[in-house]
Parts: sequence; structure tokens; C-alpha cells
Amino acid sequence: MTAMVGTIGRVFEHRALSYRRTWRSSIFTSFLSPVFFLAAMGLGLGGLVDASPSDALGGVPYVVFLAPGLLAATVMQTAAFESTFPMLGGLVWNRIFHAMHATPIEPRDIALGHLAWIAVRMTMISTIFVAVIVVFGAARSWEVVLGVPAAVLTGMAFAGPISAFSATQKTMDKFNAVFRFGVTPLFLFSGTFFPVEQLPVFLQPIAWVTPLFHGVAVTRALSLGTAFDDPLGLVVHLGVLLAFVVGGGWLTVRAVERRMIR
Amino acid sequence: MPESPTTSLIHARGLTKRFGTFTAVDAVDFDVAPGEAFGFLGPNGAGKTSTMRMIGGVSPVTEGTLSVLGLDPAIHGPQIRARLGVVPQQDTLDNELTVRENLLIYGRYFGLARPEVARRADELLEFAQLTERRADQVEPLSGGMKRRLTIARALINEPQLLLLDEPTTGLDPQARHLLWDRLYRLKQQGVTLVLTTHYMDEAEQLCDRLVVMDKARIVAEGSPRDLIERYSSREVTEMRFPVGIQETLDGRLDDLAERIEWLPDRVLLYADDGEAVAVAVHDRGLRPETVLVRRSTLEDVFLRLTGRTLIE
Repeated sequence: MTAMVGTIGRVFEHRALSYRRTWRSSIFTSFLSPVFFLAAMGLGLGGLVDASPSDALGGVPYVVFLAPGLLAATVMQTAAFESTFPMLGGLVWNRIFHAMHATPIEPRDIALGHLAWIAVRMTMISTIFVAVIVVFGAARSWEVVLGVPAAVLTGMAFAGPISAFSATQKTMDKFNAVFRFGVTPLFLFSGTFFPVEQLPVFLQPIAWVTPLFHGVAVTRALSLGTAFDDPLGLVVHLGVLLAFVVGGGWLTVRAVERRMIR
Repeated sequence: MPESPTTSLIHARGLTKRFGTFTAVDAVDFDVAPGEAFGFLGPNGAGKTSTMRMIGGVSPVTEGTLSVLGLDPAIHGPQIRARLGVVPQQDTLDNELTVRENLLIYGRYFGLARPEVARRADELLEFAQLTERRADQVEPLSGGMKRRLTIARALINEPQLLLLDEPTTGLDPQARHLLWDRLYRLKQQGVTLVLTTHYMDEAEQLCDRLVVMDKARIVAEGSPRDLIERYSSREVTEMRFPVGIQETLDGRLDDLAERIEWLPDRVLLYADDGEAVAVAVHDRGLRPETVLVRRSTLEDVFLRLTGRTLIE
């Protein structure tokens, strides 16, 4: 077990070493993205929304409603990106995963090290995002800091299944479809910008089974300070996310093993 | 040839690899002794890479026995790989990292402590003549430099056994000779080398012993000299006749050589004394346009065993 933690750690170390080359621009982007979004959508669009207040937003200014949802949605997008190209890169383009496999590192360690790195990246992004939310005055409760682990959990709920899918691909051809028909619709329709109750009734159940819906529900409740008012709801949301994380992680390990051990 | 698995670094009996219904390696037997340079020679698709991948502990054995460093790759894959160096056919260097970082991170994969890895990396940069390029990105390096870096990387864990899959394919002659020199030095230091190649000169230069593989099987085994003696003659006389003449020679040369091969553009006569063959041909009033007497090489053995048909 300790040996396995060690080998996973070395895969992680490789990603961290590569990241050193781009960390400045990466951190800067992680900071700019929420600033731009909250300024444009929260304050700009929010000014119009708040001019005709609606109960659907729970009686808070639009930026307060939007910010925590955007946190979860942004983390999902980055998780999807980090789960596609680096996975295919290691397997096919630069074949770095095969170089690792020639050492005591096992494919299982490669899969888990890849996911561990994504989790750390998610933590960095959501920490910066939450700080920006606080600066914008868009948090109603200090529970918003718990939005960091909640957002990481949301990101990982996507990282697992998408990484598993990527590990079965030979080219990047289908990645476009993942983003266009998976990530983008979820980004728009999972309750980030408006409550899913605004959707036609027959579409709402679709939202309920996607991890982002549950992620947004948790981050928003934390930011509003209402998360612990409905413990059962919180447990269900977290349970769904956790199921995706565990299931996706298992699928990733299996897909990478199938791809590399032949 | 060592027979017992206890004295062999690699011991294979009936070793077989199948992918679905395709048999890539068909019941091969071989042993590699410590300190030896052992080669797998064969055309593309003969099963060399599949055999190397099984030895390297990254590809499960379908049938038969295989022990590497006295261990079973099915159970002790990571332990075996900890003591191996692998130079894959396709470069797997990290283009985003520098030359030196590639060595450092690879050493870390083996769980080596950072100061130790740094010490070894600097030594290996020197060995691979890459010290001046240590801080450069990998991408713009020449093919020969990348190969040298890959070999240096494979040595970071001070392996007992170095596996090289077509180490010099695609390199220019200067780069190949430099690589051979480095590999020869390793052999002098007692590292066991196992390599695949389809270059005959490479096999003759580097291998103490080799097996010729063709269509998933081993078709011959021995030292380069053994194989030449067994499957060819000491010398070969190559003659090219004016257009239209070669076809009229049928039967007129048969008694001059142990074996004659008629190619579309020339005739190859295999005999111990090639000069004598050339004189005898001349004495019969035949006037070839060109005559070349040369020593037999592994290439003659290879072509005899695996045929001249193009394999694609």
C-alpha cells in the first residue's frame, strides 16, 4: 500500500514538474476567468436581472446566485480539459505513460496519479475562485470556503468518467463532441445561470442525473449559508458526486490497464 | 549455452504471445547469460518487439515459461522492471522538459532519492555527450541525441540488463557509430545487453550471440561467426554480366560454388575461396562486367534464412 502511494506520487511528481513551466500563466488565468465572468454576468447582466427581482433566485442579487454556480461549472470545464488531452498525450502523442510503465510504476498508478494531479489543479482553481467570490462580496456565509472541497468533488466527478473515455481513444477526434455535446450544455443548463426549475418540466430530470447539477446545488447552498438547513439534501448531492468520483476512478484505472497491458 | 534458469538472466521455454487469433511469438526457447550481448535479428513483424515487451514485464505471456533475473514477470513485474533499462523503438522522451529534467524525473520513477538522481544524471549526461545540452528542451535535439538521451535515461537505475529495441534505426552513420561505442563500453562494464535489430552490421558489431527470428519463430541461433559458417560460405563472389548474358549461363557455373543464387541483376556464388571462383569463371571464357569478392556477412545468413521477399 505504501509502495503504491509512492509510485502514484511519482506520476504526480512528473505532472507537477511539467506544470512548473506554465504555472504563472496558469494561475493568472485561473484568477482572471472568475473576475471576468463575475464582472460581466454577475454585475453587468445581474444589473438587469436585479431590476426586476424574481423569487426564483431565492431573493438574492444575481451575482450572489451566480458566483457559486460558476465556481462548480468552471471547475468542471477545467477537469474535462485536464482529463482529455493530457491522457491521450501520455498514451499516444508523447507516450510518456509507456516510459513510466518501463519502470516499477504500474498502469494503475499512472491512472491514479493522473487523477490526483487533476484534484490538486481543481483545488488551486477553486481556492482562487472562492477568494474572488469573497472579494466581489458575492458570498453570504463563511461556509463558502467549504465550496473549495465541494467544487473539487464536482470536478473529480467529471475527471474520472472523461479520463476513462479518453483512455479508450486513439485520436482526439471525439473530444470535440465531449465538449460540444457534454460539457457546454451542462455548463449552460445545470443551474449555473438560472434555476433548473426554469427548464421545461421534461428536461428537469436530465439535469438531476448530471453531476454538475448536484455540484452547483452544494456550492450555492454553502455560499448562501443554507447548506446545513437541509442535511438530507446535502447528503444526497454529495452522495451522487462521490459515486461519480469512485465509479469514474475505477473506470479510469480499468481503461488505462486495458490500454497499456497487452 | 546456459540451460538452467538459475544461471541465465533470461530463460524462455515455449514462450508464446498471441493477440486474439494472431500469433506474434510462437513457442520460442532461448537463454541469455549474465554479461552477454544477445541479439534478436529478423525482418519487420518477426516477433522481436513482442518478445522484448514480454521480457520487459509490460506484456503478459500467453503461454510458456519466462523468467527474467530469476523472477516471473507475471508476478514480479515491478521488481523486474526496477532492475531493467529499456530503450524502446519509439522515443518516449518528455518534450516539455529539458534534457537533464528527463533524466531526473525518470530516476524518480524508480524511487531514487533526489541527490542521488542528480549525481547519476550528471554522469550520464557526460557518458551520452549531452552535458552541453543539459538545459535545452528535448524537442529540437537531433535523432542521434534523442537516442543517446534515451539510453542515458535507461541507465539511471544502474540496470543489470539493458533492453534495446532497434536502438539505431533511423540514425546517420556517425550517430550509429557513437551509439555502438557507448553500448560497447556498457558491455565492458558488465551490463547484459539484449537488442533487436534488422541491421546486420549492428548485430555483428555488438552481439556475442543472436537468434534469427522469422514469422514468430526462432529459425537459427549462434554467434555471428557460427551462423555464417553454418548458413553461408566464407566468401561470396558477386558477378554482374552484360544484359542478356546471365540467362545463357544456366548450368555453366554450378560446379564452381557450394551454392549459387541467381538475382535479376547479378549472380552470387558462395564458396570458401572467392578469388578462385572469379579466376575459374574467367578461365571458362566468361566476361562479367563487374566482379566483387567479399567475405560472407550475417546479411547473407539472414537473407538465406528469411528469404528475399519484401515483408511489409
